[in-house]
Amino acid sequence: MITQIIFFLIFAIAVVLFTIQVKKISQNIKLGRDINRSDHPTERWKVMAKVALGQTKMVRRPIAGIMHIFVYLGFIIINIEVLEIIIDGLFGTHRIFSFLGGFYNFLIGAFEILALLVLIGVIVFMARRLILRLKRFSGVEMTAWPKADALYILIIEVLLMTAFLTMNAADYKLQLAGFGHYIHAGSFPVSHFLTGLLPNQPEKLELIERACWWFHIIGILAFLNYLPYSKHFHIILAFPNTWYSNLNNKGKFTNMSSVTNEVKAMLDPSFTPPAADAVGRFGAKDVQDLNWVQLMNAYTCTECGRCTSVCPANQTGKLLSPRKIMMDTRDRLEEVGKNKAKNGKDYEDGKSLLDDYISREEIWACTTCNACTDACPVNIDPLSIILDLRRYAVMEESNVTGSLNAMFSNVENNGAPWKYSPTDRLNWAKTE
Amino acid sequence: MTNHFDIKVPTMAEMMAAGEKPEILFWVGCAGSYDERAQRITQAFAKILTHVGIKFAVLGTEENCTGDPAKRAGNEFLFQMQAMMNIQVLDGYEVKKIVTACPHCFNTLKNEYPELGGNYEVIHHTQLIQELINQGKLKAEGGDFKGKKITFHDPCYLGRGNGVYEAPRAALEILDADLVELKRCKANGLCCGAGGAQMFKEPEKGKKDINIERIEDVLASQAEVVAVSCPFCMTMMRDGVKHFNKEQQIEVLDIAEISAKVNGLS
Repeated sequence: MITQIIFFLIFAIAVVLFTIQVKKISQNIKLGRDINRSDHPTERWKVMAKVALGQTKMVRRPIAGIMHIFVYLGFIIINIEVLEIIIDGLFGTHRIFSFLGGFYNFLIGAFEILALLVLIGVIVFMARRLILRLKRFSGVEMTAWPKADALYILIIEVLLMTAFLTMNAADYKLQLAGFGHYIHAGSFPVSHFLTGLLPNQPEKLELIERACWWFHIIGILAFLNYLPYSKHFHIILAFPNTWYSNLNNKGKFTNMSSVTNEVKAMLDPSFTPPAADAVGRFGAKDVQDLNWVQLMNAYTCTECGRCTSVCPANQTGKLLSPRKIMMDTRDRLEEVGKNKAKNGKDYEDGKSLLDDYISREEIWACTTCNACTDACPVNIDPLSIILDLRRYAVMEESNVTGSLNAMFSNVENNGAPWKYSPTDRLNWAKTE
Repeated sequence: MTNHFDIKVPTMAEMMAAGEKPEILFWVGCAGSYDERAQRITQAFAKILTHVGIKFAVLGTEENCTGDPAKRAGNEFLFQMQAMMNIQVLDGYEVKKIVTACPHCFNTLKNEYPELGGNYEVIHHTQLIQELINQGKLKAEGGDFKGKKITFHDPCYLGRGNGVYEAPRAALEILDADLVELKRCKANGLCCGAGGAQMFKEPEKGKKDINIERIEDVLASQAEVVAVSCPFCMTMMRDGVKHFNKEQQIEVLDIAEISAKVNGLS
């Protein structure tokens, strides 16, 4: 009984703490501007099913993609086992689902195989980071914390899977010995190889089985609470992030409706813009100027670096890294959220996303080629943030290089980005 | 290479004055109008349109920048001013269908004008060329490219931007040539470096220019002809070829020029 109470307390505290953290993130995301991304729901479900559930963009890089599918499937399916662990923990039962008989054997066997695949995947991932040192996992934005974060996640996964398999091995050995309440249940295609490594005394086996059981479930609950601080939060946000992703042709950039009203008023003095459409500033200087989907993108990013590895600017040595754009947005948003919690809603710290986090040099290096948005396995859009920062620099500050200013004035005065006379526009068609 | 151009290109104003209407408006774009090299692409495409008997017209001096470079550089005001002015002109002529040889104009007209009131059917010139090939109106009779190694560089705003990958390749596939893909092609294609208003500014500090990185892909493919379908890619690729002093070995041609050539139009 006492163990059941302890279990309940641990479980309840873990769930409450996690809920508080998720709420904080949700509040931060809501600091963003409104944007309607609920149109075409059928298509959105399809995109989510394909991209998040189906991992279609992950497998474009086959090795990482297949390993990721192992870990992803393992993570999702082994959660059925976690359900059993929670019920057992709360009610003091043992292997409550074992009444399913043959199907239970199949489930446990499948979990074991998945656990092994997860281990393989995670070890390959570690090797890619620590031994092969793939270029994609380094870069200016990959400072100590992001690198440590990645390794913590992988280490936790190794520990969880090892505990799961060891627990099963001990359980199986106890089943064979006919010890106590260890009834014959489950099949152990992987862990039966481990039985030889375990002691033979039932008391010791029971201790190992219990220790692994507790370690496994506390580990999972701790991991759950690590997610909101980690890039690993993508396992949750990947789904809404793809659902709310941009469905338009990638070449289409948003038309700012606030600008449309002003332009209409300029061209037609009788036009009165709708008053309700009061917007703060044109473009984005700080995170609150971005829309909530862009902010959710930042929390979804798992820093895989596929965007940066295909960015033409980054590949040719420029400062721009789309991954850094996302990481900076998240870091700044976290900072703004903390400031507001500490010093009240209207607190301003005098810092901003542009300049304090993302430099002008970075935003002006972008060719808007959409390689980053195409590469992202969860449809994150760093380009839209770059564009919004440019819009701020141009429309609020008129802070652009002379050559771009010249281009603007040529477009405005000559109807072409170069200084040619509009009357010469048809010169190409002069017959000789 | 002397370029002989002897086609009478009608403007919308002339057509209207004569009480006529074209099937399609040829949106030439700024590069196609003013850039010396791109003018040859424009001429080649005008020759194709004339050759197949499509009744077309241009806006001529009434054409204005779509606003694309302003928009990508963050100047939404200027973009929308340009867009509204152009829409007024286009609607004044009751334009329904537009073809353009510039992927940037194509993308902007097709995707960004509708919300501002400009609704047209917009196609890229490679899509029209593909259609004409499928209809048997364009052929591959000239032997100029026979056995030559040809590759295609995807423009971002046609490929990733709008998912058009096959149309530009259609004109190359009917050639009796050795078609090779660059190692980064289609959705993985590498930008030429001109997009996002980069064409109009100096690049930021870095190890090298983007077009040099791209030409290295071309060199690795050992192609003798690089086909492009964007006037900005044309500039960047030619500069890249020059950088490696390969002007004698590697020719950069637009899909329209290749089609015009094999149909005996240039």
